[in-house]
Amino acid sequence: MTAPGTPAILEVDDLRVAFPTRGGLVHAVRGVSFSVGREKVAIVGESGSGKSMTGRAIIGAVPRTGTVTAKRLAFDGMDLLALPPARRRALAGRRIAMVLQDPKFSLNPVMRVGEQIAEGFRVHGIARGAEARDRALAMLEAVRIRDPGRVYRAYPHELSGGMGQRAMIAMMLAPGPDLLIADEPTSALDVTVQAQVLAIIDDLVSRSGMGLIFISHDLDLVARFCDRVIVMLAGRIVESVAASDLRRVSHPYAQGLLRCVPRIDGGQGDLPTLSRDAIWRAEGSAP
Amino acid sequence: MIAVRDLTVRFGLGADVVTAVGGIGFDVRAGESFGIVGESGSGKSTVLRALAGLVDDWSGAVSVAGAPLPRRPDRAFRRRVQLVLQDPYASLHPRQTVDRILAEPLAVHGIPDADRRIVDALAAVGLDASFRFRYPHQLSGGQRQRVAVARALLLDPEILLLDEPTSALDVSVQAEVLNLLRKLRRERRMTFVLVSHNLAVVANMCDRVAVMTGGLIVEQLDAPRLAAGTVTHEYTSALLRASAGYDRSHGAHDAAMG
Repeated sequence: MTAPGTPAILEVDDLRVAFPTRGGLVHAVRGVSFSVGREKVAIVGESGSGKSMTGRAIIGAVPRTGTVTAKRLAFDGMDLLALPPARRRALAGRRIAMVLQDPKFSLNPVMRVGEQIAEGFRVHGIARGAEARDRALAMLEAVRIRDPGRVYRAYPHELSGGMGQRAMIAMMLAPGPDLLIADEPTSALDVTVQAQVLAIIDDLVSRSGMGLIFISHDLDLVARFCDRVIVMLAGRIVESVAASDLRRVSHPYAQGLLRCVPRIDGGQGDLPTLSRDAIWRAEGSAP
Repeated sequence: MIAVRDLTVRFGLGADVVTAVGGIGFDVRAGESFGIVGESGSGKSTVLRALAGLVDDWSGAVSVAGAPLPRRPDRAFRRRVQLVLQDPYASLHPRQTVDRILAEPLAVHGIPDADRRIVDALAAVGLDASFRFRYPHQLSGGQRQRVAVARALLLDPEILLLDEPTSALDVSVQAEVLNLLRKLRRERRMTFVLVSHNLAVVANMCDRVAVMTGGLIVEQLDAPRLAAGTVTHEYTSALLRASAGYDRSHGAHDAAMG
């Protein structure tokens, strides 16, 4: 499944995530398998398709009540589910990083932005003191913040959405991770800012050769931005295609997702809606 | 139906004063669907809030539904002009059932026959009566937005003001809600003012569009011109380019500019 010539940095085989509820077990992810090399892989689907929970399971951020199982969940050859918790935590942040949708909730509101980035260098033992500070400033520059000194000293609430998201990306990329999981990183941003933030991620991913998992509900966006697209529905992968072939997806659900998006030159008639065929959900084996 | 002349809205005092809307004008005909697009901070939502009578301090001349926009909107105004907001999580009371949420505007306006009207309003937005006694957290995002639309419809308004009505929804649910709004407008001959950052949504829903940035309208154009991309202002073309999706070369270029 990996693009030719790139060894997989992440292997996922039969990943399952379930939560106990009053009504019994809810299976959020029901047997997902894919691998990621040094490439940009998109996971798309509607709310509740399990795309975010898949990303969280990889980095180890599934809420405590959830159970994660897999035949294999390996990062750089290491079995993530067998690692001692301390080593797993050390990987998260250092070698696997995650950028979430809204920087408002991921940045510490009472800590200066620059200090938060410098802290990353210190916690992971990459740099200390003035060097951590200089490297944090360099990261802010790398995400094309024009006045890194000012942003370094700013608190999160003093930054705009786009600026906050750039700071967030700077923080996540500071330790030089091998795999970046970006969960709707630009959905909260204006379209023009979105383009800038994507260009930054694109640049950094291509330059450093890290793997990227880009979780999104925006098919048009991932078609242009990513190399491969995985379409999820009800906790399963229904289709996996090269991004350039996205227009030729065969699964009716994936086709429906593409067609229901309004287009500027699409006229004013009713938009095609997605019929949610019960068979799609039942497809494959029972959980 | 709506005439706006030199609308100015300022927030703050003294040195901190911010001009959110800097003297704009536009007209919306009866039965028309008018779009306002722009990015965060462009002032588009402030214009909508002003039209809804929710901004205290504004200047200019605004008439809504044939009468000057009242400084303190009364019940009669509210019946004619209703507002639907972006986030149904935030605009529905979390501890009230759908039934209670929908009963309130009827009680406030002294409208009889609440039972039948609530069931009818739910049916109009495609929800069956079983939704009546659920709480907002028991509904999906699309269902919640339908309840918010149902609440606005209960008073049978002439004007529906919509602030990013689908931007919190999945694309598939967005299509359903947009189709529903289009159908309701046709059936009830309502006038829409729809604010969105999404040009495609506006192109799909609106007859005419105003493009806002920095508190000003930089361009007004009709749907065919928007669809064809024949725009005159530089900012509108930048928006169109960005909306066309991510492009490696453009992305880098725009970022360098920004």
